[in-house]
Amino acid sequence: MIRLGALAVGLLFVLNVLWGAVQPREAEAPNMAEELHKHPKQMVWAHNGPGNLGIFGTFDRAQLQRGFQVYKEVCSACHSINRVAFRDLADLGYTEAQIKTIAAEYEVATIDSNGEPTTRKATGADKFPLVYANEAAARAAQNGANPPDLSLMTKARHDGVNYVYSLLTGYSDDVPKGWNKPETSYYNPYFHSINIAMPPPLAADGQVTYADGTAATTDQYAKDVTAFLTWTAEPKLENRKETGVAVILFLIIMTGLGYLSYRKVWADVKKA
Amino acid sequence: MASEVRQATADNLEPGGERRRDFLYVATAAFAGAGVVPVAWSLVNQMNPSADVLALASVDLDLSALQPGQAIKAAWRGKPIFARHLTPEEIAESNKVDVASLRDPQSLADRTKPGNEQWLITLGVCTHLGCVPLGAAEGEAKGDFGGYFCPCHGSHYDAAARIRKGPAPKNLEVPPYTFKSPTAVTIG
Amino acid sequence: MSFPWAKQYQPTSAVGQWMDERLPLARFVYGALGPGYPTPKNLNAFYNFGVLAGVALVIQIITGVVLAMHFAADTRVAFDSVEHIMRDVNGGWMIRYMHAVGASFFFGVVYIHIFRGLYYGSYKPPREVLWMLGLVIFLLMMATAFMGYVLVWGQMSFWGAQVITGLFSALPVVGPSIQTWLLGGFSPDNATLNRFFSLHYLLPFVTFGVIILHVWALHIPGSNNPTGVDVKSEADTVPFHPYYTAKDFVGLGVYLIVFAAFVFFMPNSLGEPDNYIPANPLSTPALIVPEWYFWPFYAILRAFTSDFLGVPAKLWGVIGMFASILLLFVLPWLDQSPVRSNNYRPLSRILFWVFVAVALGLGVCGGKPAHEPWVRLSQVLTAYYFAHFLIILPIVSKLEKTSPLPNSISEAVLAKYGKTGGGAPVAQPAE
Repeated sequence: MIRLGALAVGLLFVLNVLWGAVQPREAEAPNMAEELHKHPKQMVWAHNGPGNLGIFGTFDRAQLQRGFQVYKEVCSACHSINRVAFRDLADLGYTEAQIKTIAAEYEVATIDSNGEPTTRKATGADKFPLVYANEAAARAAQNGANPPDLSLMTKARHDGVNYVYSLLTGYSDDVPKGWNKPETSYYNPYFHSINIAMPPPLAADGQVTYADGTAATTDQYAKDVTAFLTWTAEPKLENRKETGVAVILFLIIMTGLGYLSYRKVWADVKKA
Repeated sequence: MASEVRQATADNLEPGGERRRDFLYVATAAFAGAGVVPVAWSLVNQMNPSADVLALASVDLDLSALQPGQAIKAAWRGKPIFARHLTPEEIAESNKVDVASLRDPQSLADRTKPGNEQWLITLGVCTHLGCVPLGAAEGEAKGDFGGYFCPCHGSHYDAAARIRKGPAPKNLEVPPYTFKSPTAVTIG
Repeated sequence: MSFPWAKQYQPTSAVGQWMDERLPLARFVYGALGPGYPTPKNLNAFYNFGVLAGVALVIQIITGVVLAMHFAADTRVAFDSVEHIMRDVNGGWMIRYMHAVGASFFFGVVYIHIFRGLYYGSYKPPREVLWMLGLVIFLLMMATAFMGYVLVWGQMSFWGAQVITGLFSALPVVGPSIQTWLLGGFSPDNATLNRFFSLHYLLPFVTFGVIILHVWALHIPGSNNPTGVDVKSEADTVPFHPYYTAKDFVGLGVYLIVFAAFVFFMPNSLGEPDNYIPANPLSTPALIVPEWYFWPFYAILRAFTSDFLGVPAKLWGVIGMFASILLLFVLPWLDQSPVRSNNYRPLSRILFWVFVAVALGLGVCGGKPAHEPWVRLSQVLTAYYFAHFLIILPIVSKLEKTSPLPNSISEAVLAKYGKTGGGAPVAQPAE
């Protein structure tokens, strides 16, 4: 009985779903954006360690500081890194005094003694303030676009680290024939919808002057700021990998000992 | 070809076999047990103050607007701080008291920084059961000794915030602080 | 209940004796996971996964309780509190990654556990209730995992909540009201987040309770084994401790190594990047996909694309998805073969591997956008999924000519030993 019922139910589902399968499909309009879209360039990063495998490797502190400089002088005009606190900059190798100075360049909201909203200089305990108070303010100021917060950007996109670098270096004036690009947008095949509202941020060599003598090229800027944004998204990256190596070594030894014990325990059964 | 399990008992092991096994088992268990320690520690440590809480562990206080006789309240580590600008009379009065007669014997100098005896900075937490004493704000009761008065159970503190009467066992606690300038301190 | 040769707990101290007469907890553990549980001696590595699933749940509960100490179930700050855990809480990043990766691993382990049960016929009499309790655990896990994913309040959390509760809106008449009731509003919002947090905290403990029933039900008939042949004598079994505790310890070690590799070196590889974008009710991600462990069921949901018998396609999808899991409850009565293990069922064995391939194929389809060829492929695979359990298996199990079974587990072990050892002649089972 139960099997007859099952047979009936089974036939119902099978015929139903196969009926759907044989329905004609509407021809999908060719999606030019999909064809133009490019996967991120695969780059080698200091924090990925030997072989770019991501098992070892630490951030290049000097690079992070340069990246922070690029962020501050270029990106921060429109993009916040609101999840990063000034105190976190100690990870980049800044001293407490330097952090204080950096923080003091920013204003954060507070209330004065009369209860009126005002601002004060930021301290190490504060986070980087938002550039725009809210999305509406951002869109009003940015021609309808909303520059996203960059704190987590390298984790919020597929292959995010390479994506950010590719996006920054992927602008092209070479718009393919037949591609519809509005005047207010820019052509960037690494962006999901190809047309991006952000003007090329790293436009010219020499735009940012590095104190440490590193070549001031747009490519270098892109690498440095990408490394910096990798850190903002995953500040515990080094700690994570160090812990991981220790944990796995421990587990391998533990499992090895466990295996020997297992062999001993089972020796008289296997002999049978 | 019997296939029954031979139980691991002493009498079917070769001489010395049991000890070797025991060592291996103990070593395995001990090694695995050692791994429990860091795991347990990370479960304990996550309850310690987080980085953002620690970052707020020090506050800057500006005393420049504080006239003699006035006091301000601030917050440090989630607790009230009383900063009091003592008048010369209060200082003289406090120094007259026989320290040995106090419940918690401390002189005013013990409770202030050298050269800055007029600035008395204490926690605003009664040492009895943790209420916030009155006396820091304008018009609040200052108690029988002209300092602070805790309304919960009637503890009276003098101008140096020393316990003089009531159930509190200790003087109001002085937090760690340093003068950054004559009228600016960092607490914590 | 146990086999007559099961060892009985003997308190070794006066305190143990005193306690045993009042609360025989030690006796219970001794009989459940200790020397007092005679276990077939031929269990292979796939039998490790039951214990591993238990460990995975414990890891989830411990890390989850810790995360709940720092998480704030409020739509304005939920995402921030997760990042607070990642950045500021001492070791918080590790605990959160363990919880997130742990969910995936829990499902991975449970899927292997389920497929092991399917292959060796562990759902067959007398283990039907054991099997059904396992399915209850699986359903509880799915609900828990879904609600936990929403708590992050990222883009995929929000839209996942929207889409999954939207399934209920397919029900005729009452559907929309049910969705509104589930959400506590007209779209996922604070009410949704708070109730999901409450239930996400509760359900793992319910699951734990069902696991105790699951283990209880296991100990009545005892463990199945790769031959599917019943235990006949003491020679067929070994005490669970130390034999299987030692073996499970090795399995656990290997599991933890793989787990740690993900937690520490690719913690985000199993998740969707979109969930690192805070929830935005006004902007849908380009592709809404659940976590990988829901992909096969998501593929079945989307495979029903045509109205059929006057029922709209959307409702069929929901019915199909639920049916795909619920039909497993009647599996013990669909499969009529007296032989449990697929080792002795040549035709069923092939069908089993076809089914594995179909399930994996559905998984792939579920993670893809709803375009061709993925839709047609998922439709064909879905058809097989239902046909496999509801049509093919009942018929094949009735007609199939099975291979001769060994007389006992011991005999099967000996035969294997003889083959691999290649040494002295041993008594071969009649084959």
